[in-house]
Amino acid sequence: MDTLILGLPVAYYIAMVAKVLVAFVFVLLTVAYATYAERKIIGHMQVRLGPMRTGWHGLLQPIADGVKLFFKEEIIPSQASKFAFLIAPLVALIPAFISFAVIPFGDSVTIGGYTVPLQIAAYYDQAGKQVFDVNVGVLYILAMASLGVYGIVLAGWASNSKYSLLGGLRSAAQMISYELAAGLAIISVFMLSESLSLHKIVADQAGGAWYAFKQPLAFVIFFICSLAEINRTPFDLPEAETELVSGFCTEYSSMKYAMFFMAEYANMITVCAVTTTLFLGGWHGPAFLPGWFWFIAKVYFLIFLCMWIRATYPRYRYDQLMRLGWKVFLPLTLVNVVATGLWVMFISK
Amino acid sequence: MESIFFLVVAAVAVISSILVVTCKNPINSALSLVMTFFCLATFYVMLDAPFMAATQVIVYAGAIMVLIIFVIMLLNVRVETVKRGTHAVIAGSAIGLFILFQTVWFLMKGSMTGKVGDMTKEQIVSVGHVELIGKALFTDFLLPFEVTSVLLLAAIVGAVILAKKKI
Amino acid sequence: MLGAYLPILVLVVIACLFGLGSVVFSSLIGQKKPSQVKLAPYECGCEPVGSARERFSIKFYLIAMLFILFDIEAVFMYPWAVLFKRLGMFGLVEMGLFIVILFVGYVYVWKKGALEWE
Repeated sequence: MDTLILGLPVAYYIAMVAKVLVAFVFVLLTVAYATYAERKIIGHMQVRLGPMRTGWHGLLQPIADGVKLFFKEEIIPSQASKFAFLIAPLVALIPAFISFAVIPFGDSVTIGGYTVPLQIAAYYDQAGKQVFDVNVGVLYILAMASLGVYGIVLAGWASNSKYSLLGGLRSAAQMISYELAAGLAIISVFMLSESLSLHKIVADQAGGAWYAFKQPLAFVIFFICSLAEINRTPFDLPEAETELVSGFCTEYSSMKYAMFFMAEYANMITVCAVTTTLFLGGWHGPAFLPGWFWFIAKVYFLIFLCMWIRATYPRYRYDQLMRLGWKVFLPLTLVNVVATGLWVMFISK
Repeated sequence: MESIFFLVVAAVAVISSILVVTCKNPINSALSLVMTFFCLATFYVMLDAPFMAATQVIVYAGAIMVLIIFVIMLLNVRVETVKRGTHAVIAGSAIGLFILFQTVWFLMKGSMTGKVGDMTKEQIVSVGHVELIGKALFTDFLLPFEVTSVLLLAAIVGAVILAKKKI
Repeated sequence: MLGAYLPILVLVVIACLFGLGSVVFSSLIGQKKPSQVKLAPYECGCEPVGSARERFSIKFYLIAMLFILFDIEAVFMYPWAVLFKRLGMFGLVEMGLFIVILFVGYVYVWKKGALEWE
């Protein structure tokens, strides 16, 4: 066991590959079943049944959908820019599927004397018993989120269709506006945690001292802005079916369309996981169940909340959306930062 | 192992930056530039500067390139509408060759390494890169930091004036 | 250092393979019956009129420009937020000044009507 490869023990590599594969498959399955859950939940909220035919209560529906999409015809519009059109779905999908690498989904487990932190991009220094994770974990997620805009803008532009271009542009302006507000909202969390490493931020919230209680304003703004950034209802203007016929992905078909869809759901999972990590205490919970259970339970609750919001609220108008982002959330986040600073300096001493 | 990885990333960086100038379609050029920024971010990570890497992606790839792509779309540049002037090509390659020659010259002389700072790899890992940058920025380089805000203010005013004239 | 970043690299490779693989696989097994009408851009079932790549509102340019500027501000605030308790009162005052100067810019943008979206 003591053989070192590039300065790391063999057990590290085994644990790393296992973590990556388990997390990837888990996210993939969650994406597939989130589509099913969304149809089922919204169906029941609208007094319908949702999918019922494929399997028991439609449980095989996501698999049927996947197989169907694989067999669909691939259409590349004759006037499209081929290269950009082909890579746009990949550009949307890849950042969505790699951003969960830094999220801690549990504390740590010890297998055969080797302690493994339940976070993909982290490891234990066996000598010092100290966790090393990506020092700038939050910034890594923000960076990946800021790349999401490319997939959509490229898809919109490359299709050379008027609906796509409009959808892509609107989406890009919306995403960057809300990315800004979301990025500013979490600054007040770092002021309390004094770290950008997600492991430390979660460790800081032990014993029910969640940042959602200390920073309720930041919590609400961050969650709403994240919904807007990933184009979820009520901010799903880029897709606005009744107006833009799916917006940026009007011209897409087959697996390439499915990839935009998967990217959207993967982003939703990431957003819910980040919100859990930053504000809802991550893996912390009553000790009778393991940490990862609490983490997944909180994430699934937030995903359910997203679906509930979708079933409840009508879509925003574009001018209202931009006003909300730039004129309400942006100043509020700055005020929140200053207020947190003053509170920490003068009151909490 | 690390040097092999470095060479692979460096090769990607060089190829994509060549594509930036040779691509006929401006959007593809912009995408190649994004790829180059990614390679730079990878180098920053390899140099134990994760904060720089994140900033590189957030600001350059995530913000500035989005603006550039917007401008390309806004101006609706047709594929290769303007023929490149011969003068520009000659002047550009002359300057490029001169800079290349200069770089190689200094590398050969070995005077590019400069002075080694007092930060070590172990220090960066144990204290944290963000903390070190922050400490330098908010104590030693306080004035430049405050001046930056004035610069940003000027840029905000400039952006509004430029755009508002045409509305 | 390596230990924390290697998994990200592995994940990037897996995600790329998954994306490329599914696109290639679906284009191999999917049917292909292209026709001129099918390959035309969608426009409510009518013949497409002109190119989609027209010039669009300068609004989008302005939003992107303002985004860069405020994004740079945010990037400066991250290391400050991490160090804030250690810098103490001094840190609060210097960031307060930074925010006030940018807030002036923000008020200017607002008053000039650059945030309106009619």
